[in-house]
Amino acid sequence: MKHTPREFRLLFPLRPFTWGDGVVLLGVGVLVYIGVRLAMGAPELIKGPEISLSPRVLPYYLALSLGRMAAAYVLSILFSLIYGSLAARHQVAEKILLPLLDILQSVPILSFLPVVLLSLSAVLPQKLAVELSAIVLIFTSQAWNLTFAWYQSLTTIPLDLREASAIFQLNSWLRFKRLELPFAAISLIWNSMMSWAGGWFFLMAAEIFTAGNRDFRLQGLGSYLQVAANDGDLPAIAWGLAALVGTIVFLDQMVWRPLLAWGQRFKLGLAEEEIPPTSWFYSALRSSHLVSQIHKKVLKPLGAFLDSRFIKESAEGRVPLAASTAGRRYRYLIYFGGLVAVLLLLVEACQAVQLLLEVSLRDWGRILVGVLATLLRVVLALLIALAWTIPLGVAIGTSRRLAAWLQPLAQVAASIPATALFPVVLLVVLKLPGGLNLAAVLLMLMGTQWYLLFNVIAGASAIPQDLKYTASLLQLSRWRRWRALILPALFPYIITGAITAGGGAWNASIVAEYVQFGGETLFTVGVGSLIAQATAGGHYPLLLASTLGMILAVTTINRLLWRRLYRLAEEKYRLD
Amino acid sequence: MTDNDFLLELRNVNQVYAAGARQFTAIKDFSLTLKEGDFSALLGPSGCGKSTLLRIITGLQPPTRGQVFYRGRPLQGVNPKATIVFQTFALFPWLTVQENVELALEARGLPPRLRLSRTLEILDRVGLDGFENAYPRELSGGMRQKVGFARAIAVEPELLCLDEPFSNLDVLSAETLRGELLELWTSGKLLTKAILMVTHNIEEAVSLADRIVVMEKEPGRLVMDLKVDLAHPRNRKDLEFEELVDRVYALLAGQTQSEQVELGTEPGQPGPTRRLPKIHISELPGLLEYLSRRTDHRHDIYALADDIKVNSDQLLNLIEAAELLGFATVAKGDINLTPLGATFAEASIIDRKEIFAARLRRLPMFRWLMNILRASEKNRQKWEVVQAALELEFHPEEAQRQLEIAVNWGRYAELLSYDDKSRVIYLEPGAGT
Repeated sequence: MKHTPREFRLLFPLRPFTWGDGVVLLGVGVLVYIGVRLAMGAPELIKGPEISLSPRVLPYYLALSLGRMAAAYVLSILFSLIYGSLAARHQVAEKILLPLLDILQSVPILSFLPVVLLSLSAVLPQKLAVELSAIVLIFTSQAWNLTFAWYQSLTTIPLDLREASAIFQLNSWLRFKRLELPFAAISLIWNSMMSWAGGWFFLMAAEIFTAGNRDFRLQGLGSYLQVAANDGDLPAIAWGLAALVGTIVFLDQMVWRPLLAWGQRFKLGLAEEEIPPTSWFYSALRSSHLVSQIHKKVLKPLGAFLDSRFIKESAEGRVPLAASTAGRRYRYLIYFGGLVAVLLLLVEACQAVQLLLEVSLRDWGRILVGVLATLLRVVLALLIALAWTIPLGVAIGTSRRLAAWLQPLAQVAASIPATALFPVVLLVVLKLPGGLNLAAVLLMLMGTQWYLLFNVIAGASAIPQDLKYTASLLQLSRWRRWRALILPALFPYIITGAITAGGGAWNASIVAEYVQFGGETLFTVGVGSLIAQATAGGHYPLLLASTLGMILAVTTINRLLWRRLYRLAEEKYRLD
Repeated sequence: MTDNDFLLELRNVNQVYAAGARQFTAIKDFSLTLKEGDFSALLGPSGCGKSTLLRIITGLQPPTRGQVFYRGRPLQGVNPKATIVFQTFALFPWLTVQENVELALEARGLPPRLRLSRTLEILDRVGLDGFENAYPRELSGGMRQKVGFARAIAVEPELLCLDEPFSNLDVLSAETLRGELLELWTSGKLLTKAILMVTHNIEEAVSLADRIVVMEKEPGRLVMDLKVDLAHPRNRKDLEFEELVDRVYALLAGQTQSEQVELGTEPGQPGPTRRLPKIHISELPGLLEYLSRRTDHRHDIYALADDIKVNSDQLLNLIEAAELLGFATVAKGDINLTPLGATFAEASIIDRKEIFAARLRRLPMFRWLMNILRASEKNRQKWEVVQAALELEFHPEEAQRQLEIAVNWGRYAELLSYDDKSRVIYLEPGAGT
């Protein structure tokens, strides 16, 4: 196996409910409410730009899409560094910032899309509003895990290195450059990869969103694919998919793999890893004359310049220690800010409740039914995914021969964001019995199965050889071997995969349960469909209620079900 | 007091940890002065707070009570004139040997050119030239610690603190490094005015330091301040050397008291509860067998350490366990096997377990644990419940450690058992009486 997948690790630990969560949930609710209130001013008729299907525009569209991704990513990194540092350094801030982060990452982000789109187009010029919505949406899919990775790195720096930094009087710049950033590097690179993968999924969905007379669209790869599928233009679909897959593979080979290979130097463990990540491109770069010149002429002087700005030169070199009073002043500021925020929150919450009161009992019933229907689809998609990924994943994970050609194939397949393929799926599936219902489950499946597959592969290849030998020596039957060894060993990996996959499936419901395709509007029963319908019809109370309903449902399931299973997996079924 | 007299002074330093409503004293009324030219060793068993003391001395951590003076001035924040060589090396794994040393100079604001020349000169001095561009992971433990020393020396500290610098190294590397440190120190080439070394290794302290400050635990306190008037290089087989080692062992191993004093009281009762020493239970029979093979069933403790090749900390714990169970007595730095200990050493595996079980029942802590279980429904009790009860006597970390030891010993004696899945401790069926 070339790369040991690191899937068996949740990006977030699952925490129990606390009062902080209540406050945070309220805050999120208020945020959605404010969005909805703004949205009321949104224009009734919105029409996006024409999307050309000529292959010649593809480079331009691709550049636009990439630009959105990059902008959101830069925002995410900046946000992460600031937010994570605040949470790690100030205990008071930590108490609020962490639960907030936890809720934010667990809500289905796509459910915000209609609210964000509507509210921004009410206050901004239309083109800018849609552009900004896309970036905000991608940002919300990229930022949280990066932030948490940074926070976690900061709080897990080994004590001896922290003490050494203090004893040798590293100031905050040196500490950032020499300790914190290197220590977090590998985690940040991995999480950046995850963030980009997630980002593509949302970009495809965010570039075109149609509800009734409101047609939000942007020129880009995602809209190109959707329009092509809508028109049944097969050559255009092929061009679009090729461009997308090409880009993703290109980024993987030219950016992420080299970064991973380079990041190996920041490994904390003093022992060498058996199979460290390698990259042909990185090896090429390292031996390149040009690159070494750039390093010498640009990067080094830049580093020296930064150092000279941040380190006071002195022969004696006594770096003043951070005064403790500064911390205290900060704390009052935080307390005060917190108080104001809570007051505002309460006022807004009251208004939100007033808006919610306008929702009829019948509509609440519809939301409940919708949540249940969507839940059913999510469960179904997960079960189907489990049914085929476990046997195949175990086969790949235990056989080098199979892994050699199946693993890369699976990686390419997994890299295509499900939302990009969805229009193509619709083209085929809508003609079948079951129609949109089937298509919705399929989209969820496409978005979720890969997480599971890679986790199962990782789990299967982590089963220690001696245990496998023991199972053979004991002459366990096939069924007993699965029950005694393979399934318990896979359990933590399956749970981790399923948590991530479940989150993806809920997200998919927004775009899967309500579609405008081939001039028709199709929808099925589900909370995602309700959100889209409310957007189309301008039923703002319903929009607020159904969005909140979905957030609440997902958070509750996360906390009540997955948390328990994950704890069980961590405690009982760990193999080390 | 005048500024010139002392480099460092600790006045009645106390370190207290709060755990819930209770407070636990880690360091009690510790006073110490260091003069220029001192090479002192701070010696004590693990858990006596000597590493904490080092952090207080360097300013990494303020004491709960008491004062730290450096050159007569109260210390505030990290002492810029002091550095530490860490037990775990604390090298930045992503920086090369040279960069690791340079970083310390960079932080002091040395301009790049000066930084480089000083780094190279120091690497040369400690014998690391040729390894400038190596990463720590490419080096052996001994070489890594050399980098640790180089980095500490590079900033030309007045007070060089060593936090068990040789305890993570193999025997030969440690010996080499000790020799080199001594050479640097005695040659007078260092700008360092004083060295303070924390260690739990008695021979190491006697072979290097000119002064040994001995600490005891529970609570961490100073029990002896010993001058070492031996010329370097010191010979471990030297009579005077052995006498000193013997003295320190005698002090740390103590004197076996009457059984009542030795065993202490049950947790929660007035009077101190004797802690169970942390040992590998399977090592105890080995020690007793070794003693039983000696003609008079006795041995010098310091010589024992050398003979059976365990470090002093581990040996002292083993001896304490043997004492506690009545298998051996300690007097004047000697360990004597009791008749019971001799019987144990010669018994079969089954008989050993029975003897062990019988002795174990006499320990107040264990008696207390058995009583709790006996009073519980079905003779079983949750780990957390028992630990919570123990926390009335010990701070939480110690309570957990004590319970772990007790359960471990109880399992060995087949008196009780523990189920990790349900986290329940229960009496073995035959042990109810």
